[in-house]
Amino acid sequence: MNQLKKYLGIVWILLGLAAGYYLVVNQAIPKFKSNNSEELIPAIIYAFVLMPIIVGGLIIFGKYALQGEYDFSNTETTNNAT
Amino acid sequence: MSNKKGLPAIIAASSLGTLIEWYDFYIFGSLATIISTKFFPSENPTAALLSTLATFAAGFVVRPFGALFFGRLGDLIGRKYTFLVTLVLMGLSTFLIGCIPSFETIGYAAPILVLLLRLLQGLALGGEYGGAATYVAEHSPVNERGYWTSWIQTTATVGLFISLLVIILTKGAMDEESFDNWGWRVPFWISIIMVGVSMIIRMRMSESPLFAKAKAEGKTSKNPLKESFGNKLNFKFVLLALFGATMGQGVVWYTGQFYALSFIQNTLHIEIAQASKLIMYGIGFATPFFLFFGWLSDKIGRKWIMMAGMLIAIIAYRPIYSKMYDAASTNNKQEVTASTTTERKTIDDPKHLGEKLDVALTTKHFTDGTILKETVKTRLSVAGNNNTESSVVLDNSSFWTLVWLVFVQVLFVTMVYGPIAAFLVEMFPIQIRYTSMSLPYHIGNGIFGGLLPAIATFLATRAAQANDVAIKAGTAIPYEKPFLEGLWYPIIVAGVSLVIGTIYINGRDKSIKD
Repeated sequence: MNQLKKYLGIVWILLGLAAGYYLVVNQAIPKFKSNNSEELIPAIIYAFVLMPIIVGGLIIFGKYALQGEYDFSNTETTNNAT
Repeated sequence: MSNKKGLPAIIAASSLGTLIEWYDFYIFGSLATIISTKFFPSENPTAALLSTLATFAAGFVVRPFGALFFGRLGDLIGRKYTFLVTLVLMGLSTFLIGCIPSFETIGYAAPILVLLLRLLQGLALGGEYGGAATYVAEHSPVNERGYWTSWIQTTATVGLFISLLVIILTKGAMDEESFDNWGWRVPFWISIIMVGVSMIIRMRMSESPLFAKAKAEGKTSKNPLKESFGNKLNFKFVLLALFGATMGQGVVWYTGQFYALSFIQNTLHIEIAQASKLIMYGIGFATPFFLFFGWLSDKIGRKWIMMAGMLIAIIAYRPIYSKMYDAASTNNKQEVTASTTTERKTIDDPKHLGEKLDVALTTKHFTDGTILKETVKTRLSVAGNNNTESSVVLDNSSFWTLVWLVFVQVLFVTMVYGPIAAFLVEMFPIQIRYTSMSLPYHIGNGIFGGLLPAIATFLATRAAQANDVAIKAGTAIPYEKPFLEGLWYPIIVAGVSLVIGTIYINGRDKSIKD
């Protein structure tokens, strides 16, 4: 199980990058290009608030998983994670 | 822990305040259409910009900041005083929104004031939930934490329910013109009475026994933010809580309660009053299940109930929405053509001064009792410029089919949401509990859940456009049911959360690390 958790870390990092690409290319850029002032605020929030949280979070989570931070031996003193 | 006798009073006091906060937050959304006409006229680009800011900023950005700001305070000075402040802040903001003169009276000051008060609402909401959940959990007996905290979990749904109810009752008590002129302010004013009562009750409450003990022993945190997010040993659990639980829970919550309403109104075109009634029944019947799944989580653990809720939701969403469409679509019903009537009149165009509109209202009746009203508005001065609006009033059988399908979706919500307060509380130590649990909760719900309407609408619109292109080109349409495409967002997000939660979370140890 610990090995699986580690390998999946790569998947979470890739998923973070894919989510970032989707948010920027499909959501933020079309809104920036639309020249509609109502679209500007969502575009800024997608690009500068949501994207960093989602992408950064998933990449760090994946990195911790790869490093074995969620292995049983590293978390047995805590409550809900193995 | 508190003795069990006093626990119902503690739960009632905590839940009432949280419920009022949700009521306050939703009342703005439920009255969004009328608020926009009073404060954010669409023909004015600056006001429209402020409107978008009020919607997005309060929902997405400010809530996590509220979680950080009040979470820190709650871990430094205590749970009781912090969630007393969030309650007052929310109540005053809501009341004042109801007092602001319209854009016509005070110009740009109106939308700016509404925006500021809406941001304060978001901030207060961000701070309230974590405090209430922590407070109740720290009073609860060890093996009943899931049940007692599930009362807090009912508040978001009941708050939405009451906001719809208050609007319906206020509308029913006056004519349409009075409601449009001043009646819409009543639901905002009511908040101050509810907050006043709740505040008096909360002021009589004592501090959480676990926090009071930790404080007396000098064990509270000096810098909760740094300890929560700067320390890898804790931060990894913040990420796990977010990606393995609250992210999936957030999209299931928003799909069952908001996307369902939006789908019923905008895709099925059900008349607003019937749509609100339908959602209220669905929510009302499902609400007791928050308590059931909270209770059950004390017996069999939190993790598998939440994961089962996500899994069933993922599998069932597309069949459920397909069934909703089939039950309400007039294409599947037999029209009584002899009963069809058309009324035609010419009125002044409210949007274009000095111009006239031709309005044709066609009423169609169907054999099962369903009524479809189609209104075609044509600008007489512009050739070929017309706008069609549809409104469906469902027959009894279709109505109850939709109530059942909404109920099932809210049932999924109760599975993922009922046990989550206890789950989050148990994940973090007392010194940084308020801060650490609030942030993943509000990012999961505010960001992943809050993104749902925008992304789901984008996916469904893109599918419909692809079909239009195919029809024009004379090729086969790529999407048989384009209105289902928006569901891929909650399905994928909940799917990722399910995999992470299943593999990385272990619900065996329920110690609260006192």
